[in-house]
Formats: sequence, structure tokens, C-alpha cells
Amino acid sequence: MVPLSYYLVLSGILFACGVTGFLVKRNIITIFMAIELMLNGVNLSFVAFAAQWHSLSGQVFVFFVMVVAAAEAAVGLAIIIAVQRNRETLNVDRVNLLKL
Amino acid sequence: MLHLILFLVFGAFCVAGAVNLLVQRHPINSALSLIVVMASLAVEYLLLGAEFVAAVQVIIYAGAIMVLFVFVIMLLNAGEEESTKGSQVAMVLGIPGMAVGSGLIAWVLLTHSGTRAAQLGELPGTPKTIGWLLFHEFLLPFEITSVLVLIAIMGAVVLATRQETTAPHKEMGPEQLQRFDARSDFLSQATPGTAMAQSRKED
Repeated sequence: MVPLSYYLVLSGILFACGVTGFLVKRNIITIFMAIELMLNGVNLSFVAFAAQWHSLSGQVFVFFVMVVAAAEAAVGLAIIIAVQRNRETLNVDRVNLLKL
Repeated sequence: MLHLILFLVFGAFCVAGAVNLLVQRHPINSALSLIVVMASLAVEYLLLGAEFVAAVQVIIYAGAIMVLFVFVIMLLNAGEEESTKGSQVAMVLGIPGMAVGSGLIAWVLLTHSGTRAAQLGELPGTPKTIGWLLFHEFLLPFEITSVLVLIAIMGAVVLATRQETTAPHKEMGPEQLQRFDARSDFLSQATPGTAMAQSRKED
């Protein structure tokens, strides 16, 4: 049997990879994918805790997280299309109108 | 034992996919490695007994969301990532940061949490039980979620369509512009608030 902490370690590694991708990557689409990776890491910890505490609420919560992620992906990708149309670049370093 | 082997194999797939997402420079390669991560996470969910969540993970995440990503990458013809000064600094600081962060999380979890094992199939999250929960205890959040999805669909459509009606003056010729102004004069006279104000002024 697998100790619960192994699942949490895996979820922590996925979350750390997501944070790193969010900070390191310069392509706006890849940054968005890193956010999805973070959401997946959190989902794994939800399911693992649901298994530990014998409560199905954790799995229902994962379902809600997935629905919100789907809505976020739809709106976010539409924003990316709008950015590409207006600025003609996907590099976040060049989307800097708010910078001083 | 089989449980542990499956966990380790698919956990290795997960981590390899996540690291590959960081290493690849072309977004389409990152998207494909993210699909690997999501598919192997579905196996981890199955090991924890969450059948419904595993199915939804494959259908929604690896299916719908990633198709959307790949579609947008193809649509925008996203090429390789350019290397700028900022990205090099982020690389130098980010990779050790990730290693330290993962190591810290792993150390705290392994030393401070109990050794209780998650049993295989201990908590069957079948579609039946999840559906019962969704439509009894979580009915209100479920309905609010449907409203959220509706708003997201409308927002995506509004954001992604070209906005041609917002700037009428740019594309209209002088005659059309005159007609447009005449119509707006007519409209302002027709609104009850301005008409009342005018009649009051006459009094």
C-alpha cells in the first residue's frame, strides 16, 4: 500500500513545476499551461485527502475545480487571441503597456 | 505491492511530463507533455479509488481543455519561444527555486505526516455516489457552476470576436457619418428624459 505522503509529495512536485513554469516561461500559452499544471497538482492532493479522511466531498470539490478550470481555459484562451490580435506577439515581455 | 509499482511508474511519468513541459521551447511540445501528465494523473486517481474523477480527468482535461489549447496554438501559429534577458534571469533563479521548493515540500510531508496508507478501492468514488452528492449536498454550488460556465462561454465569444461596431466613425464615409449624427440627434430627442428636460426649459 502506498503511504498518503507519497501522493502529497507527487502533488507538491507538480505544483512546484507549475510555479516554475509560470515564472520561467515567456510564451503566454505555456504560462497558461503551467497554471493548469498547478491546478492538477492541487486536484491530486484533494483526491488523496478524500481517500484519507473517507469523505467523498474532496472528489466533488475536484469536479468543481475542473469545471472552473474549463471556464478559465475558455476565457483565458480568448484573451490570448485578443492579445495576439492587438499586440501581434505572444511574448509576455512585450505586453508591457502598464509598465512605467 | 502492485499498487506501489503502479504509483511509482505513473508518478514518474507525471514528473517527467511536468519537467518536459518546462524544458521544451515550442508550445506544442509543452501541450503534448501536459497531456501525458494529465493521463497519468488519471491513473493515480484510479489507484485512489476515484473512478468518476479519473474519467472526468481524461474527458475534460486531456480531452476538451487540451484540444482547446492545441487549437489555439495552431490558430495563432505560435513559434518557438524567444530568449530574452528576463527569461535568462528567470531560468537561473527559477530552476534552483523549483528544486528547493520541491525538496522542502517533500521533506516536510515525509517527516511530519503519518505513515497511514491509502487502501486500494477503499473509498469507491463511483459516478452513482458522486452524482448523489452533487444533487443533494452540493446542489447550490452545482447550479452556480452552470451559471459560471454560461458566463464563461459568453465572455469567450465576446472576447474572441472582432469588434467592428465599436468604432463607427472610422469606417463610415462623410455622408454616412452625417446620417449617423442625424440619427443620434433624433434618438436623443426621442428619449423621454431629454424631451421632458426640453419641455421644462420651455416652461
